[in-house]
Amino acid sequence: MASVIQPEIAPGTVRTVPSLLSIHEVAKSFGPTPVLRNISLDIAEGEFLTILGESGSGKTTLLRIIGGFETADSGKILMGGERLDPLPPYRRRVNTVFQHYALFPHLTVEENVGYGLRVAKVSREELASRVEQALAMVKMTAYAGSKPSKISGGQQQRVALARALVNRPQLLLLDEPLSALDANLRRQMQVELKSLQREVGISFVFVTHDQDEAMVMSDRIALLRLGELEQVASPREIYSRPATAYTAQFIGHTNLLRGEVKGGIVRCHSLSWRVDLPDGPVLFSLRPENIRFAAGPLGSNAVHFRARLRTRIFHGATELLQAECADGLVLSLRTASYDNRHGDLDLEFAPADAIPVRDSDDLKNRN
Amino acid sequence: MELPMSSPNRSHWLPWHATLVFGFLYLPIVTLIVYSFNGSGVGGFPPRDFTLDWYRELFTDDAIWNSVLNSLFVAFAAVAIALALGIPAALALDRANFPGKALFRRLVLLPLILPGIITGLSLLMLFREGGMKLSLVTIILGHGTALISVATTEVFAGLQKLDRAQEEASLDLGANYWQTFWRVTLPNLRLSIIGAALLIFTLSMDEIAVSFFLIGRDNTLPLEIWGRLRRGITPEINAISTIIFVFSLAAIVTWYRLRARAEGRVEIAAELVEAAS
Amino acid sequence: MFSRAYRAAITIPPLLWVALFLLLPYALLFCYSFWSVSPAQMIVRSWTLNNYRELFRVNVYLQTLFRSMWIAARVTIFSLLLGYPLAYYLSFGAGVKKDFLYQLVIIPLWVSYLVRAYAWKTILGSDGVLNTLLQYVHLTSHPLNFLLYSPFAVVLTLTHIYTPFAFLPIYAALEHIPRNLIEASHDLGAPPLQTFRRVILPLSIPGVLAGATFAFVLSLGDFLAPLLLGGPSGIMISNIVVSLFGAAYNWPLGAAISFGMLVLVIGLLFLSERLEKKWSFR
Repeated sequence: MASVIQPEIAPGTVRTVPSLLSIHEVAKSFGPTPVLRNISLDIAEGEFLTILGESGSGKTTLLRIIGGFETADSGKILMGGERLDPLPPYRRRVNTVFQHYALFPHLTVEENVGYGLRVAKVSREELASRVEQALAMVKMTAYAGSKPSKISGGQQQRVALARALVNRPQLLLLDEPLSALDANLRRQMQVELKSLQREVGISFVFVTHDQDEAMVMSDRIALLRLGELEQVASPREIYSRPATAYTAQFIGHTNLLRGEVKGGIVRCHSLSWRVDLPDGPVLFSLRPENIRFAAGPLGSNAVHFRARLRTRIFHGATELLQAECADGLVLSLRTASYDNRHGDLDLEFAPADAIPVRDSDDLKNRN
Repeated sequence: MELPMSSPNRSHWLPWHATLVFGFLYLPIVTLIVYSFNGSGVGGFPPRDFTLDWYRELFTDDAIWNSVLNSLFVAFAAVAIALALGIPAALALDRANFPGKALFRRLVLLPLILPGIITGLSLLMLFREGGMKLSLVTIILGHGTALISVATTEVFAGLQKLDRAQEEASLDLGANYWQTFWRVTLPNLRLSIIGAALLIFTLSMDEIAVSFFLIGRDNTLPLEIWGRLRRGITPEINAISTIIFVFSLAAIVTWYRLRARAEGRVEIAAELVEAAS
Repeated sequence: MFSRAYRAAITIPPLLWVALFLLLPYALLFCYSFWSVSPAQMIVRSWTLNNYRELFRVNVYLQTLFRSMWIAARVTIFSLLLGYPLAYYLSFGAGVKKDFLYQLVIIPLWVSYLVRAYAWKTILGSDGVLNTLLQYVHLTSHPLNFLLYSPFAVVLTLTHIYTPFAFLPIYAALEHIPRNLIEASHDLGAPPLQTFRRVILPLSIPGVLAGATFAFVLSLGDFLAPLLLGGPSGIMISNIVVSLFGAAYNWPLGAAISFGMLVLVIGLLFLSERLEKKWSFR
């Protein structure tokens, strides 16, 4: 049985957990357009995995294939060692929270939540008690007798959650469930969902295009781009060690520096520093928060340079400054907001913070 | 949009049922057409002796031609009346608030669902009391009244799809209400109005229930056919029926295309449901 | 937003027309139903309840009314039985053919009533297409007489005419069901048949009610099909009215029946509307 390497909880430890769901070389095209290309992914028991991607990345299609609402053209899916893909949705031990909740308008909240149990012909007493539990878990007990049209979006979302979880599935799929909520409610629900997942202990597969959301909630993020997995790693890992230029740009801000390595030294515009890389072209990702004002603490192997401040963008606690070097290179750096410098700036960064990344096809013509 | 995996109808009897129903719906019409070319007349299986005689007889039949002319006259007039009153009615229902609006709405739409006999008889009484002689004019008034409902529903549906912002922009740029109506509202309703006209025209040409009671000396085409039917079946009637079918077919398909273009999806059912309530 | 002149222009002409050509005639119908006719065939405008008493006293009126309602009921049931699965197939199973098939259904709807009724007449007669076909293939040896000039012919013809009418609102209702509800039902473990019973059917009921109302009301008041195909045993209530306005010349009595029908139809419409609202979950 396949297993999944869990993200590092404490440095130096590695944990292996049995995998619940195994996606093996799944591909799907709609007509002539390929939407998923040979996706292989394992989902661990009890983990919160986010499938992150832009629209058109194939993330929703992948989720729907797991749920059984689409069939893959090739590949297979195994759950607990057995083939999942030939089964129709109503025979899978998987439940879904739909993007627009899909609550049944002709049933009350209570009846909605109990739907799956009624279909499974669960006894009346057990049904009532499990529904009550589920409603309490999402704090919707007071609305048991209401119709979906009478409750708010956020409340509908909780009901949808209860309706899925009451069936005790092995896997819960969530299709951008928070996208219709306004910002504050969304943040609140993110935290609630995360703690709910910990409490219930089952695997959640969450789909979103919002990278902040992904970072807040996930144990692991699977970044999907044009039907292919760009990187699968914990939020921390994916942020500090992006594998490709796309990943570096999609998650958080970054500066992409293109340079040429020769004899252990890389030249990038008028900047240069020592690297342990083979000769040839190279692309670096440098996060704005890693560029600091030169003051000495970084040590003598820091890369120093001068640049003129062009714009500053206020972000509340921090600011994003854009500075232009003499050779035309423009870099973004992040500072605390009370900083009031202007004009020419003395800046520096540590070479270790310039992470080499794989080039992504459509970013070749930048910088 | 069809559901792939989660399609609820893996049942195989549905397409068969659909085929049967279509067969049921079209069989009589197909039979009619086939037998309009049948030499040995209306009944009798199998059909033999292909002939165009019945059509030839039709073309020399003066009474039929007269009734066609009468029907055309009535239809055009009915379209005019129905649109002249239906368009304002649709606008009023969409935008204005006035006492008795709910009652007005139901009254306007009532003839859609009321059996023709009631509409016809009540109008007959009106003309009687008013001392008006029955003629093509009374038929025109009857058709017009009954078909206002069709004009109203079509134009109302078109109004729903209308972008209010366009009218507001027009007012913002200095045009008054009348100018906005002629320059912005009406052109946007063009497709709905043409579709409505087409539909009303076809329905008027086919109308018999209301016309039955309001007929004077001159017959419309359906009533002419009706009169002959009372006397006996002739294959000539098959021929004229086939022609009517072909024209109706052309009209309805055109109407459908116009509607689909105007709104992207055709939902006449929605208005009929509205009208029934 | 609109000027008073504009508002007046769009409300007054239709209101006037409706008042003159709809309200007033119904009012006249009402009045006539309380008047009577003299032996000299003149309308006597003195108010009396005689006509209505007559309706209840003489059996034939109530009998015919009940027979008409029974015919209308059968037409409604058959139209629904034919129309619902058809609407379901178009909405859920037809895929790319949906648009084309939809046109195919509405075309007969707008083709002349007369043409279609006539077509059945040529098919069902003793020398008609069906009978000669059956004899030709030796399934029968002589014509089946019950096919024409019977309630059977009336029910058959009216079902043919009103099935598309029943189809339309059902199709609209089915189309309005969000597809993710069906996926949700599957997701929660309900196979297609249960999904139909628990989700699709309840949500389609307003459409079914509307379709049934159309079919019932319009069949009830129909007089053309019985005249063409009904024979003596297929007479419906509207035929009585027609004769009262024709040969039997008793306008007030005819008006009484008509007004009664008007009230009945309006009552049915209200009832249907109430039920539809109760079953609508928006």
